[in-house]
Amino acid sequence: MTSVLYDVPGPKARRVSLIGSVVGTVLILGLLAWIVMTLAQQGIFEGRRWAIFTRGDVWTLLANGLGATLSAAALAAVIAFPLGLMFCLLRISLVAWIRIPARVVLEFLRGMPVVLMMLFVLLVFGTSSFIAVVAGLVLYNTAIFAEIIRAGIQSLPKGQREAGLTIGLTSFQSRMLIELPQAVRRMMPSLVAQLVVLLKDTSLGYIVAYGELLRAVQVMADFLGNAFLFPIFFVAAAIYIVINICVSRLAIWIERRGSKKTAGGVAPAPTAVVAPELPDVTGRK
Amino acid sequence: MEVIIENLPLYWEGLLRTLFLSVVSGIIALILGTLLAAARVSPVAALRGFSTVYVEILRNTPLTIAFFFAVVVLPRLGVTFQQFEVAAIIALSAYTAAFIAEAVRSGVNSVPLGQAEAARSIGMNFGQVLNLIILPQALRTVIPPLINILIALVKNSSVAGAFFVLELFGYGRQMANANGDQVMAVLLGVAFFYLLLTIPLGVLASTVERKVAIAR
Repeated sequence: MTSVLYDVPGPKARRVSLIGSVVGTVLILGLLAWIVMTLAQQGIFEGRRWAIFTRGDVWTLLANGLGATLSAAALAAVIAFPLGLMFCLLRISLVAWIRIPARVVLEFLRGMPVVLMMLFVLLVFGTSSFIAVVAGLVLYNTAIFAEIIRAGIQSLPKGQREAGLTIGLTSFQSRMLIELPQAVRRMMPSLVAQLVVLLKDTSLGYIVAYGELLRAVQVMADFLGNAFLFPIFFVAAAIYIVINICVSRLAIWIERRGSKKTAGGVAPAPTAVVAPELPDVTGRK
Repeated sequence: MEVIIENLPLYWEGLLRTLFLSVVSGIIALILGTLLAAARVSPVAALRGFSTVYVEILRNTPLTIAFFFAVVVLPRLGVTFQQFEVAAIIALSAYTAAFIAEAVRSGVNSVPLGQAEAARSIGMNFGQVLNLIILPQALRTVIPPLINILIALVKNSSVAGAFFVLELFGYGRQMANANGDQVMAVLLGVAFFYLLLTIPLGVLASTVERKVAIAR
């Protein structure tokens, strides 16, 4: 491992590091052992609590919850992406009375908690909780997608637009034919990373009583008894984590694979995927 | 409109609670996140491993799951809280720490290798390299993303409102239930108070970003 902080360790440093590793491992294992012991005292690991996973209906309920989670996320992503593209074009328009209202709308949407938008749609328009969840996700992610794509366009070399205008394209044609395709490809890692956020935010549907995965856990715990809450919760959390890690890996893979078709390559996925604004758009590598 | 003015004390109370949750969790998350980042770049393999696992798991867990764990599951494991605020702070800070750790780590990694090599070649020791050369440069790149994470934290604290903690979102829900005919005004009021917190922070982030940007 190369680090900016220290040299490749020599024999003495390696010995110190080995001792450190052993001590660290013992401490961490000790902590884990203590947690497991505490949990075992509560009877968490009794076989009968985990035996429910041999029942088909438990899995059916979990699968229904997962299906609800994924369908809301997929629908929201499919609607939010084109809307984000459109808002991005409005936001960078040369006409001030288009640009400024678009900017106000985007700042408004970005500055609010997603769950508040879900509640708003649910109560004000009296929709079903599915529509409330999708609408909340669409409103928020439209703003984020627009900002990501805008960052992509602004990170393109200036010559790309200039060349387009020089050969007689209109401003709009240059945006559509030259800048947008490159910006989208360039920001692909960030866009995919945002999908993880979108997927995670689906679980806010729990709060507006949408029957997603976490709600399925709650329903099952109410039905089967609290003794089974921990096992079911544990499995549901594991499902979330596995899916999200897969999507994160996809973003990293796209980034590594890079792209030679855009001027300046592909931008790295932001590390802070919760951040409402893109952390790094200055082209730093 | 009058429903907002009538309920101004509640909005104010909610705003203060939201601020309290965000500040306390923010401070804990900054400390925990920095420690995790330090472990992540340390020469000790066990610490690196632990930190990696923590960050990967928490970053890929929905916040609602973290809250559900802290508020619903933990008490049934024998860990009880006098107040739900404590559980909310645990969930928020544990979740946010993972993102802070990633931001700090990427800040350290963004400093070119040659900087540390040059420092070592003129005879600086590890502490000097870190304090005089690496950290000042790393911090400049890290502060804007950190502010963005804190903005997200303010917005994320709204989830606490759904888990028995009365803050801006929690009060908003209460007021919406009490004033069924003016839900829209009530919720727009809540939105306004959130923007009061998040937009100035956003402006701060972009100002700092412009100020400290390093041309490399």
